[in-house]
This record gives sequence, C-alpha cells and structure tokens, in this order.
Amino acid sequence: MIVMTKESLQILKEQDVILFRNRVKEFATKIGMSLLNQTKLITAASELVRNMLKYANGGVVILEIIGKDRVTGIRLTFTDKGPGIADIRLAMKDGYSTGKSLGLGLPGAKRLVNEFDIKSEVGKGTTVTIIRWKNGI
Amino acid sequence: MDRIPILKMGHFLLVTIQVDLYDRLALSLENDLINMVSQVDAKGVLIDISAVSIVDSFMGRILGNIASMTKIMDAETVVVGMQPAVAITLVELGLTLSGVHTALNVEKGMELLQKRIGKDQTGEEEDYDSND
Amino acid sequence: MKNQSLKFLQKSKKHLLETWMSNQMEDQALREDLMSNDELRNQSDELLTALLKTLNSDNIDNTQSKDFEQVSGILSDISVSRARHGFSPRETAQFVLSLKQALTQTLEKEYTDDPKVLLDSYIAINKLIDSLNIITFETFIKGREEVIIRQTDEMNEISTPVIRVWEGVVALPIIGTLDSMRTQIVMENLLQEIVNTGSTIAILDISGVPAVDSLVAQHLLKTVSATRLMGAECIISGIRPEIAQTIVHLGIDLSHIKTKASLASALKLAFSMLNVEVKRVEKNRQNNG
Repeated sequence: MIVMTKESLQILKEQDVILFRNRVKEFATKIGMSLLNQTKLITAASELVRNMLKYANGGVVILEIIGKDRVTGIRLTFTDKGPGIADIRLAMKDGYSTGKSLGLGLPGAKRLVNEFDIKSEVGKGTTVTIIRWKNGI
Repeated sequence: MDRIPILKMGHFLLVTIQVDLYDRLALSLENDLINMVSQVDAKGVLIDISAVSIVDSFMGRILGNIASMTKIMDAETVVVGMQPAVAITLVELGLTLSGVHTALNVEKGMELLQKRIGKDQTGEEEDYDSND
Repeated sequence: MKNQSLKFLQKSKKHLLETWMSNQMEDQALREDLMSNDELRNQSDELLTALLKTLNSDNIDNTQSKDFEQVSGILSDISVSRARHGFSPRETAQFVLSLKQALTQTLEKEYTDDPKVLLDSYIAINKLIDSLNIITFETFIKGREEVIIRQTDEMNEISTPVIRVWEGVVALPIIGTLDSMRTQIVMENLLQEIVNTGSTIAILDISGVPAVDSLVAQHLLKTVSATRLMGAECIISGIRPEIAQTIVHLGIDLSHIKTKASLASALKLAFSMLNVEVKRVEKNRQNNG
C-alpha cells in the first residue's frame, strides 16, 4: 500500500464538519471516484466526525489518497481523546446508542465503505479508519 | 445567524434547502418550521432537498422529526427531489425515513399534498401514496 | 557469478540477440500470426539491452532489488500486451525461457575449458531467468484478469436496460443473478431514469432471475426502499411459483411490497394507480359490415 497524498484536519466545532466534507469531496474528485461512491464515503465520514464531536469534543482526521495493486482509494483516520467505547461489539449494532441518536452512525458508516477498522480504549480515546476504493462496491 | 427561508403558498409551506446544513442550522430550521405551521395554520409542508448532496443520519432524523411533529399538528410533510445517490446511500446506511412522504419534485409534491388534504376533508381512507 | 563472465556476456550482446532470435524462430510455436518478426526482434532487443545494462555481480541474485525496476517494467509490459493479444501462457513463458538457452549456449562456447566458471554462471543464470519468468507469469495473469474485469463491467452495463413502458411508468427486467455489484448498477440506472422521465412508478421484473435467496431478496428490498425515498412506487413482477415458495420457506417478508406474478398484471396495477383505464373500443370497420 502506498500513500500518495496526506493531510490532517482538526475538528473542533460544528462548522469544521462542512469544511472537512468539502475537503473529502475534493480528494474523491481528484481520483475520479463516481458520484455514488463519493456520496457514500462523505456520508460515512460525516457520521464518524459527528460522533467525534459529540462524544469527545472533537479530534483529528487524517485524509489520505492511497494506492494498492493499481487501485486508488481514500483512507480517513479519525482519532479522538474521548472517553472511548467500552463494548465495541455493542456499539457496532444497529439501533444501539448511548446518546439520543438513531444508533446508525457506526454500523451505518461501516456499510458505506469498503474497509472499516475501530480501536478504542476506555479513558484514552477511539481511532476509526475507513477506506473506500475508487470503484469498489 | 444564517436561516433557511420558509415560503408560504396558500395552505402550504415551502422550504428549499440549498446549502450544506450544519447541525445548528438544521435544528433552527426544525424550530422555525414548526412555529410557522402553528402561526399560519398550514396544512402541508414541502421540503425540497434536490440541491442537497449529503444526508446523514442526523439530517435524516431532523426530516423524520419534522414529519412527526407536523403530523401531530395536523399537517402533512413531503420531502421532494432527493438525488439518486443520496437515496441509495440512505438505504445502505439503514435509514428508510418510513414516516416521511416523498415525491419526485415540487410539482408532484404539491399534487400529493393536495390529494392527501382533500382526502382528510372528505374522510376517504384508501391510499396508494402512503409510504408507511 | 564472476564479473568476468558477466563482462563477456555484455560484450557479446549482438551475438546473444542473434542466438536468442534464432532459438525463437526455430520454435514450432512461433506465432507469426499474432506478432511480426520485426516486432519480436524489437521486444527481445529492448529486454536484452536493459537486462545486460542492469546486471552486475551484486544484484544478479536479487531481482526484487531497485536495479531491476526497468527490466521488470519492460517484462511486465511485454507479458501484459501478449496476454491481450491472445498468446497462450506457454508461448509467453517460452519467450523468456528461450533467453536462458541463448545465454547458456553463449557461455558454454566461451568457457568450455573452465568448468568451474561455467557451472557457477550456469547456476546464476538459471536463478535469474526463473525469477524473471515468475514476473512474466504474474503479469500475464494480471493482464488476463483485467480483460475479465473489463468484460464484467461491460456485461453489467448492457444487462440493465430501463424501459419506458408508459408515461410515468418505467420497467426494468433483471436477467441473471443479482449480486451486490449488480444491485448497485440496477439501482443507479433505475433511479436516474426515474428522475429523467419523471416517472412515479417503477416495475422491477425478476422473471429472468434464476433463484431468489435471502441475499437477493435483501437487494430487492433495498431497491424498493431507495425508489420510495425518491418519491416513486416500486412494483416487483415476474414472481414464479417456485420463487414464491422459496421466499415463504426462507421467511422473507415482502408483505409491504407490491408484488405481481406477471409484468402484465404489474402494468395493470400501475394503470390503476395512475387512474388510467385501458378499454377495448368497438371500431366501425369498413370490411366488417
């Protein structure tokens, strides 16, 4: 796997979300991702960044254009220093939420991307990594 | 603070969302809309999202809330003009907006509202348009 | 391998190329129909020149090293283009293997009196060509895979036509198995066509779908949900008896979806939803007095 472009963004307030989404869109357009795949990626990113703001008061996102076996894609890594998730399996279940949301954020985001990885430590924070390939389904 | 304009057309309210909504803007839209429904005694609300490229679960919840709230106040809400990519993404996300009426465009949305309100008044209960 | 014998090989490049070419020409499997001799000579020359330029006594054991980038690049290009032109794997492999023969033949002539050097070079050459052959094989398969991927894409494109059957009604006959890849294409085409034509009813005909399991049903349900979000209604038609049986046995709930046995009855339902009536009209025909 090779990283072609890398950038990191601070997410501290609500308005940063729109800026961040636009940046993801620019990256996705640059590699020629189809409109549908772009929409899926940005929606997933939106869910995750919202979680970050809500539960950890913000964090950092790393945007990367990556290549593997002649396929390009976009990798986003969301890192926060929030309370962490005690039971990841439960958090990944549809309809489960500790807040007042619909509980679709994490599992929904997973369905919208090609690769999804979550690591969390209670009291330390959470890191979520997602990849969407240019033409993957 | 920014606000989304709400237009009054007869018994209906029309909202066209043309910017990316951040959370507070969406919440204030919900607030304004509900107040307006009560003020002008609106029978229907039309929300045009044809210019919206991203609908995530938060935004979906706002749309659902508006529909449920107006319903209690005896007004119908129709969401019109959803883009294909947004529709597919919402389904994939697991959000079907089951309580919300939908239509292809503003014109069809108006027709749907008129038909539903007409039905309410005559008390007919046979409907092909409901999505629930 | 000693520098001395490498130097010798580099010096006798011209002779090597001739031997290699004549080896290839002698081969029964030479495909003059797929590639002209001039082209073959150019390819061989390019590869040999790059290889001899790259080789030294340090890197000969390690074709993975950076030095070999140019050689593997050329080799990959050659095998990919061969895969596309329809060469068989054997023919492609033969191209590289015949170089081994040429190299050993040339060394043999020079070092008949020095078996130690000869054996040493032999082993090194063998190893080298073997790993080059692996590169060839890998890229040959990759080239073929690309052909398959392209064909799959094309097949997906042509196998999902959306038909306008009436004003406000579009139909999409699905033929073949519905996997997630095709579902996405079907959904995209259908929804786009709904927007383009302003249709409020979409008929999804599954008479051509060989079997419906829970995964296929899930894909159908997704398509129906997406259509509804757009503000159109979706009817699924072409439900054969055996499909109805499987659906019930699997416990799949399609009760909140409009389903019809045939496209004709789906169209009838669409008409009634649009308040359209189809009537038989008595005509005053001249011949039928």
